[in-house]
Formats: sequence, structure tokens, C-alpha cells
Amino acid sequence: MSAISRDDVSHLARLAHIDIPSDQLDHYAQQLDAILEAVATVSAVDTADVVPMSHPVPSTNVFREDVPGPSLTASEALAGAPAVEDDRFRVPRILDED
Amino acid sequence: MSELIRKDASELSGLLESREVSAVEVAQAHLDRIADVDGAVRAFLHVDTEGALNAAKNVDAKRAAGEKLGALAGVPLGLKDILATKGLPTTVGSKMLENWIPPYDATVVTRMREAGIVILGKTNMDEFAMGSSTEHSAFGPTHNPWDLERIPGGSGGGSSACLAAFEAPLAIGTDTGGSIRQPAAVTGTVGVKPTYGGVSRYGAVALASSLDQIGPCGRTVLDTALLHEVIAGFDSMDQTSINAPVPAVVEAAKRGDIKGMKIGVVRELGGEGYQAGVRQRFDEAVVVLQSLGAEIVEVSCPSFDYALAAYYLILPSECSSNLAKFDGIRFGLRVGDDGSRSVEQVMSQTRAEGFGDEVIRRIMLGTYALSAGYYDAYYGQAQKIRTLIAQDFAKAFSQVDVLISPTAPTTAFKIGEKLDDPLAMYLNDVATIPVNLAGLPGMSLPIGLAPEDNLPVGLQIMAPAMADDRLYNVGAALERALVAQWGAPILSSMAGV
Repeated sequence: MSAISRDDVSHLARLAHIDIPSDQLDHYAQQLDAILEAVATVSAVDTADVVPMSHPVPSTNVFREDVPGPSLTASEALAGAPAVEDDRFRVPRILDED
Repeated sequence: MSELIRKDASELSGLLESREVSAVEVAQAHLDRIADVDGAVRAFLHVDTEGALNAAKNVDAKRAAGEKLGALAGVPLGLKDILATKGLPTTVGSKMLENWIPPYDATVVTRMREAGIVILGKTNMDEFAMGSSTEHSAFGPTHNPWDLERIPGGSGGGSSACLAAFEAPLAIGTDTGGSIRQPAAVTGTVGVKPTYGGVSRYGAVALASSLDQIGPCGRTVLDTALLHEVIAGFDSMDQTSINAPVPAVVEAAKRGDIKGMKIGVVRELGGEGYQAGVRQRFDEAVVVLQSLGAEIVEVSCPSFDYALAAYYLILPSECSSNLAKFDGIRFGLRVGDDGSRSVEQVMSQTRAEGFGDEVIRRIMLGTYALSAGYYDAYYGQAQKIRTLIAQDFAKAFSQVDVLISPTAPTTAFKIGEKLDDPLAMYLNDVATIPVNLAGLPGMSLPIGLAPEDNLPVGLQIMAPAMADDRLYNVGAALERALVAQWGAPILSSMAGV
């Protein structure tokens, strides 16, 4: 099921938005391959009639009254931001120039 | 060295209440201890001298004014650096959040402040709680006070080490697959992973949301129970918080009576792959439990053989999603924003530089396991195994009151020994993972030193959901019998740091 190639790692890195240098791709490929081979043992278990469990406690929607309460001020919310301009988060360009 | 640092939290509580010592004296003694030994142990990432002394002064002032205070008012604590603290750095052991100062307190932090607990500082951890050795911290490893060349466990190695080094009598950890219990085992301390939903996770940086649980750490079962009582209970800020009374953990820790209890030894968690000295001490502890009046039964949980594999699919999947929020936009690190790069390029560069190797490995593993074409075979299959594990537990608890096993397969290993072998590192959690998958409570407590290396061995107790009090009852009974046998608590046999 596994056999992770250098190209696979490159693709995964792109999906995960992590800029992995090309000289590290083989290293990650080999490690991910070994881990995937080990975890692939899950396929040995017969789970034909088993319901998947996503969470240990039964989860239901929790509602609350929609009333205003104390919240962070703009300066508190922006205090940890890497870049701020005019009381807003400043972000790198989103659209290409052309 | 002040005698105060050798006192348990419950002893300090008595001295503080009778005003034989002040909270400021207690805090100062521990801050002095940190100054003396933490250069070698490196349990703390930040020490909040001013905040700790101010909190202690407040407790003293309230006590002087005759206010009725909680049992732990004035008792110091080391807080894992995964919990948001207003005005105090919260790095999660990562460069990604190196300079982040949260604008709010986690619920457990609020509860501890209200109880008068004095937070000494933030303790070291594997980056984003991924690891079993604290070597994956971006700020360097923590050292085990029993042997400074060895690991203190992980991810909460700073919390376990600060207890064993007498830098704090209490600590807070988080446990996703063993990050409270395995560090407790390898440092000769006590750690509890409460029932999932028993302690609010609001303000804890999430690793894997369906597995993460905050819990108490101490040097004794009673101390751990006292802290458990402060932090547990319903919180509307955590959607998974259980709205039910907190189990009577302190009462159970004071009782310690297991006469007539049925205790199950899990066949799949022991034997092959476990160090000889770990097995020996475990077998001896089973005999002690029997001598205290418990009936010992062997129990089989066959699906546990697949718990580790299922966990290393579920955890990376959840973490790859949770850690998507670290994008260099709203908080944390941003790299390469020089005007020439697009937001996606900045994001990718930030994440490459901000995350360490293990975090990157797990994010990519999760991304893979969740991708179209692999989802059913990996993540879907792992979730079904999770169901089988929960069923094994349910069946076991229809026969016995609690289950036991060794906490970890080995004692503390050498720093660097497993760092380049992720799979070898993952095996440390083989016995602790099942309870996380099922959402159940678990405790580790010391049961002696392995004869071959003179390092601490831990025993794990597992109980049904919301029966956390059983952990403390069994733990207290075993602790009392073992300390009587040894003549002193296990940490008194540790050569000083």
C-alpha cells in the first residue's frame, strides 16, 4: 500500500504548505515509508461490520444564548500578529500581479 | 537548600494553613532551587519570578485577612508550555510560537489561579507535544534528574523533571498518547490522564483533539488528586467537556482500600518487548496488590495489538488539520515576507522554518492518510480499530474494576539514542495509547527501580470513563504499601542533582 517516492513527498509538502528543500525529500520519503509500512498493519484486522469511532464521547451540538459578552479588544487581538497596518492584520499579496 | 522543597504539596498545604510558613517563603525556596539546578535539568522554558511572588503575596494577604482558602493555596506548580497564560510566553516548544504572548488564560490556569496555586513558570516539552523524550523541543532537551544523560520522558518531560528535581511539588501535563504517564514512569513521579472531557481543554494548544487531555502531576497520589480536583469539572468553553460531578478523587486517594477489588492484568501489555527489570517490578507489584486483598485476573484485549498503528494514523490526521492554523497570518512566526512573495510562498516558508522534523513528519503522514484514495484504508480503518479497542475495554471492565500494566516498556533511555528512529520512539507509548483511543482515565505511579539500571519503573492503572477515583484508590493503596516496604518515597533514593 505504501512505497512513498520523492515525488510523493514533494506533493504532500505542497498540500501541507511546507517548503521542504529538495535535498531533504529522500530523507522524508524513506522515513514516511517506514512509518507507513508499520501502520499498514491495521489492514490485517477484519472490520467488516465495525462502525468507525471518531470521538470517545458522544458528540452533540451545544447551543448557547446569543448574547454579547466580553471579548478581546482590537489591539489585544492584533498583539500577536506578525504584521499590522491600520489596526488590521497585514498579509502578503494574495493575487499575482499579472 | 531549603527543607521546603522536599515537602509534598499536602504537607506544604498544612504548613501554610497553620501559617508556619508563608506562601512567599515557599515560592522563594522553589525559585532558589530552580536557579540552582535548572541550568542542568532544563525543566523550565520560562520562570515567572515576579508573577509567582505576586501570586504568593496575594495568598498570604488573603490568609492574613482570614479568608477561607483552598487546600493548594500557596503551593507552587510547573505548567506545561502548551497552556495559554495571559501575559506569559506560550511556545509549545516550537519556534513557531517562540514570541507569542497569549491574550487569555486557559480554563485550567484560571481555576488554578483562583485556587491560589502559584505558577512558577512554563515547562519544556516536545514540540507541539509530539514525542516521548522532550528531545523534540526547539529549545533543547530536558534532562532526567535521575541521570542527566537520560531523557525525562515526553512530551511532558519538563513537568516530570521539575517534580523529580524538587523544583516544584506539582505540575500540569497534557496526555494525547502517554505524555503525562510515560514521563511520570521514567522519573519516579505520579501522573494522571483524566477521563476524556473530565478537564476542560480550552486554552490548550491542540495536537489531536479527540485524544488530548490535560491532567495533574505530583510526587504522591494524594497531591495529584488534590490538583485533579482543582482543574476538573464542566466548562462551557470546551464543547467536549462532560457536564457531570467530578469523581471523588481526593477521598479515594485518602482511602486506598482495595480489599475485594478485581484487578485485571492486560496480557497484551507486557511480556515480549518489555525490559526485564520493568517486568520484574511489575510482577512484584501485582503480588503486593494481591496481598492487599485484591483479586488478580488475567484479561485479554486482543485489539490492543493494533492500537499503536491505529494511533499513528489517527493522531497525524488530526494534527495535520489542527496545525493548519499556523500559517504566519494572525499570530506566531512569519518568514520571507519581503514584498516579493505571495501569501502561499510566505506560508510554506514559515511552516518549513517554524516546524521541526517530527512535526513536519506527522503533518505529512496525516496529509497522506487523509488523501483521496487512501482515506478508507488508513484513517477509516484506524477509526474502526478504535471501536474494537473501546469494545475490548468494555468487555474487560465487565469482569474487573481496573486494569493494570507497566506504563512504559523501558526505563529512561539515553538522550540521542532514538532520535533518528521515529518508529523506535513511537514504541514508548505502546502501553499508554489504548486509554487515549477509548477516552478512559489512566495513572502512572512508581513501583521501584529496575535492578539492571537503577532507574524508576512505573505501573499504569486504567479505569472506566468517569471512574477516575478508582485510579486514586488503587494507586494510594499500592503507594502506601511500597513506601512502607522501601522505608521512604522512591525519590529519596535518587542521588541529588
